[in-house]
Amino acid sequence: MSTLTYATQALAQAPFADNPSTDFTDTPWWLHLVKALFVFVFLLVNTLIVIWFERRVIGRMQQRPGPNRTGPFGLLQTLADGVKLALKEDLTPKNADKVVFALAPAIAGAMAFVSFAIIPLGPTVSMFGHRTPLQLTDIPVAVLLVLAVAGVGVYGIVLAGWSSGSTYPLLGGLRSTAQVISYEIAMGLSLVAVFLYSGSMSTSQIVGAQKDLWYILPLVPSFLVYVVTMVGETNRLPFDLAEGEGELTGGFHTEYSSLKFAMFFLGEYVNMFTVSALATTMFLGGWMAPPGIAAINDGMFNHGWWGLLWFVIKLWLFMFFFVWLRGSLPRVRYDQFMRFGWKFLIPVTLAWVVVAAFMKASQLGYIAGPSLTFNGREFPVVSIAFVVVLAGAVLVIAWLRDNKKIEQDAIRNTPPPEEIDPFAGGYPVPPLPGQRLKEPSLAISAGDTATDKEATRG
Amino acid sequence: MTGLGEQIMFWILAPISVLGALGLIFAKKAVHAALGMALVMINLGIFYIAQEADFLGIIQIFVYTGAVMMLFLFVLMLVGVDSSDSLVETLKGQKWAGALLILGLAALLFTAIGRAQFGPMKGLSSVNESTGNVSGVADLIFGKYVWTFEITSALLITAALGAMVLAHRERIGAKPSQRAWSERRILENRNVAGLPAPGVYARSNAVDTPALLPDGTPSELSVSRVLTAREQNVAPARHIESEHDIEHEIEEGSQR
Repeated sequence: MSTLTYATQALAQAPFADNPSTDFTDTPWWLHLVKALFVFVFLLVNTLIVIWFERRVIGRMQQRPGPNRTGPFGLLQTLADGVKLALKEDLTPKNADKVVFALAPAIAGAMAFVSFAIIPLGPTVSMFGHRTPLQLTDIPVAVLLVLAVAGVGVYGIVLAGWSSGSTYPLLGGLRSTAQVISYEIAMGLSLVAVFLYSGSMSTSQIVGAQKDLWYILPLVPSFLVYVVTMVGETNRLPFDLAEGEGELTGGFHTEYSSLKFAMFFLGEYVNMFTVSALATTMFLGGWMAPPGIAAINDGMFNHGWWGLLWFVIKLWLFMFFFVWLRGSLPRVRYDQFMRFGWKFLIPVTLAWVVVAAFMKASQLGYIAGPSLTFNGREFPVVSIAFVVVLAGAVLVIAWLRDNKKIEQDAIRNTPPPEEIDPFAGGYPVPPLPGQRLKEPSLAISAGDTATDKEATRG
Repeated sequence: MTGLGEQIMFWILAPISVLGALGLIFAKKAVHAALGMALVMINLGIFYIAQEADFLGIIQIFVYTGAVMMLFLFVLMLVGVDSSDSLVETLKGQKWAGALLILGLAALLFTAIGRAQFGPMKGLSSVNESTGNVSGVADLIFGKYVWTFEITSALLITAALGAMVLAHRERIGAKPSQRAWSERRILENRNVAGLPAPGVYARSNAVDTPALLPDGTPSELSVSRVLTAREQNVAPARHIESEHDIEHEIEEGSQR
């Protein structure tokens, strides 16, 4: 039987799971509004808390208390800061393009909230006498919506940079364009493996497909790539090159103040929640209870409002990760950052997607062929060939690396010469321990005499 | 047929799209034109979604916002930050020839589209009964129209390769690394500690303000040679003067 017939058979059997599994028939229009309000308030409150959380945790990491005066444990500090920010003077630079300057923060702030509409916060629950999914909406291409909205959201940053009419914001805006475009490719590719495995781009179906196994396990490479790209997408340390204080004062938001600045600030934090929520949904089983707890009492903790708890816990694990990164890593250099994205992340993810596609295809029975019977069990030749090739590649790479390391060690372990001429390079060098100094040659050529005159730039 | 909500949405978004399209043609600044285009593309995407073509609509927004962003970058890089159109005709009679071609194309399109006949509407739900939305599109692209799809992708890849070849610059030697620069500085024994930083004054510390040497003359090395060539450097004299003024005022104040 040829491979093609196998494929058509499997295609006919495969369930078309790409339409959402959520059921909104029992959701009246006012309940949609209530849920939209709930999501909005959820994000705002979480942003307030995470700013306090970030400052406290980073404070702890740096052995200082962090904000601890306003309210219990300093919890109201963010609120006070917010009020202060809103009451500041709203400045518009003389050179700014007025309309675009005002439009940019609105785009950045508004777009941040949109993506959260498709995140499933929990399973179907009872709300005001109606059975409704704890999710604002779901469409067959929900995850693509997140990527599209992120693409529109960058306009806020780019336009802010351009319209400010000054140099640093422009540089910050351009950096962020290049950054987001390159990292969105890798992010999209890393999600492709999840689409392949779940057979759907709808978030409710993806969560449902992780009932038995969270995708973080079979799709570890995708998860790792996603985690890197999500930091790149949100302009957070160590990838906050668009607003690197050391290089660009404030980057794209240098010229912004008062509520306009607050919009960018809010947008950045809400974006962090969005990418974390997407990571939770795609790789950590969304609102599903962790494996051990899910088995208790016939899956009691996987029903109703419990889902929201697991979701929030997973979300906040990612938020802690963001803060941890900020507390421990320095900012990367811009060219290294771009090289990492284009020359490492994208090729690696592409290769991984191909591998994942083959794994899924063999699971579905698309890949058939002769098989070998060994010890009473059947092994397909294709699988054996794959394992052999992969193992061979790993061996060859390990061998090459070992050889290189041996060479480097040989160079490093050559003992330094016993005698050293301190002026050999034209600049005095102290001897290493155990080295003898050669008598320095005192003849200094005329060209080497130091002059006070400034040399021209070479 | 179309529901009330869809009609309301159409009559709000359609004028905005037309305004965006007109902005693309008439805006003086190239960046405003690009913005108008982005607006039209996003609106088109929303129209698609309203007509139940979720996949098409989202992809429209996803792809075209990125494309317009690229356009934006090229405008900034090639034409300059504050570029605006010049209204001088470079080719004589270009406007009339253009208008003639536009009329011809419009006539062609109207006759071609006017003849097209549509069957009765099926709606997405009936299509979705047999396959899912996305897999239905995938079946068409990778089944019935696979050759069209592959040929289009070959065309696009050729275009991308062409652009890369055009933009490629052959590097003659290896690019000196940070380490090589620093080793060279030490070997030459010039500016071993790096170049001096630009000036920091009480009222200004910008990259275009040179630092002062101990004898009070501005240090040429502390500012970028590009700025020097463009004569965009600020002389530190006014900062020194204002500093003297402040000192003077303080002295006066203490004597009072």
